[in-house]
Amino acid sequence: MNLRFSRKHLSIPYTVFLLCFVIAPLFVVLYYAFTNGEGRFTVENFVNFFQSPNTIGTLCYSFAVAVTVTLCCTLIAYPVAYILAKSNLKKKTVLLVLFIAPMWINFTLRVVALKEVLTMIEGNLAYHPFFNTVVGMTYDFLPFMILPLYTALSKMDQSYLEAAADLGADSAVTFFKVTLPLSLPGLISGVTMVFLPSMTNYVILDMLYNSTYIMGSLIGSYFNAYDWHSGSLISIVLLAIIFILTWTTNGFQEEETDRGAIL
Amino acid sequence: MIKKILRSSWLALVLLFMYLPILMLMVYSFTDTATIGTKGNFSLKNYVTLFTTGELLGMIGSTFALAFGSAFIATILGTIGAIGTFYCRKGPKNMINFVNQIPVVNADVVTGFSLCVLLIVVFGINKESYFPLLVGHVVLEAPFVYLSVLPKLKQMDNSIYEAARDLGASAKTALLKVVVPQLLPGIISGFMLSVTLSLDDYFITTYTKPATFDTISTYVVNATKGSHTEIKTALWALSAVIFVVILTVVLVGNAISMRRAGAEHEKY
Repeated sequence: MNLRFSRKHLSIPYTVFLLCFVIAPLFVVLYYAFTNGEGRFTVENFVNFFQSPNTIGTLCYSFAVAVTVTLCCTLIAYPVAYILAKSNLKKKTVLLVLFIAPMWINFTLRVVALKEVLTMIEGNLAYHPFFNTVVGMTYDFLPFMILPLYTALSKMDQSYLEAAADLGADSAVTFFKVTLPLSLPGLISGVTMVFLPSMTNYVILDMLYNSTYIMGSLIGSYFNAYDWHSGSLISIVLLAIIFILTWTTNGFQEEETDRGAIL
Repeated sequence: MIKKILRSSWLALVLLFMYLPILMLMVYSFTDTATIGTKGNFSLKNYVTLFTTGELLGMIGSTFALAFGSAFIATILGTIGAIGTFYCRKGPKNMINFVNQIPVVNADVVTGFSLCVLLIVVFGINKESYFPLLVGHVVLEAPFVYLSVLPKLKQMDNSIYEAARDLGASAKTALLKVVVPQLLPGIISGFMLSVTLSLDDYFITTYTKPATFDTISTYVVNATKGSHTEIKTALWALSAVIFVVILTVVLVGNAISMRRAGAEHEKY
């Protein structure tokens, strides 16, 4: 056996770490999802999930919330990123930092602030649960959409726009045929960073009006009830959704994460 | 002209949406009222409560201890992992890159829950030992350190390492004295990112923490449900302090890096 030090041996501790604390938990959850309390194989948890109107309803509601939040974030963030990327203001980076900074403030403290203001305007927040969920999540996740969009738009080669103009395209055509396709990588990375948390971050709703009705909250309630088997099943369902989402958007490429891009 | 006004007003409107709640909270943190929008008198009692209540100070202290401690471990682990993987053959390299992405794309709820099932339910490790909590935070952070070090390895000129070896440095010395200094910007940004990820985390903490331990996130969530108004309004003061600190750090940091970039620019 060759015990001489080689640089690639440095990968061993990290590989062991990943095996123990990233791969192993997934297998354990998979095992728990398909067994019952006595440790016997069963698909009962699975059948229960798809037959119970409660869980299926939560899944659908969760999707509706995530789609709406992602749409709102995109509609608000795209113009912001576009205006910032295009402007030649001297203080542009300061402005960008202002749009991104909330990312670094603890989200629970920000939700407390939003809750107080929304209560002042609306009164009881539980009267408009869907609306308040969307407002709360949009408020929380907006910076995660602005940053990747800005990165993509500011990297764009301006000569494409000039070429389009020279070839007779008006500004609307240029936007839809040139700018939008070129900003697509940023948009995709923003969507994945907003869509998933909107399906799982139940604390925002819990804090806003003491109610949770999205996928993540199911795990929370099974955790509180020590029901590891049903909780594991929800985890598997969420993992499947995550996998499909990242696979279709090609998220498994190694690239610098946008979250750290500004640090 | 109209376009310009429209653009600026859109930016202003979005900034208002993002900052109005925090600013309102800051203003009301200096009053004695417990409901925003009602009249109150100027008072510093929230700040007094914040800085004199042992429970609050302890919770803030343990949040930062956990953030810096776990970030330190994650930075060492992620950096060593990135260096090792960089020199691996293509097969293992792609495998590690893929597994590294799992905690990055995974929902925190699932990461926290699965770690809880593995460590606490299957292996029966006591939550009170802080081990599951620490592991959870390192799992959250290390992949991001890995991802911020990797691009620096790619940019690095490998012939400098070869030169060090030719001049008689051992592999370990060459790594420590030649490779690591070149990776330093990536390592530092990985560490900073780790600290912010840990400070912002709620889910992994809830599923792995000892019963009586609280970070800012878990404490705030419990406090909003409780009826303890004195604690509730003291948290407004905490928000105000954190807001001012973060904004100052970010803006000053940005100004420094811009000045440095400007100086670099003048050199050439």
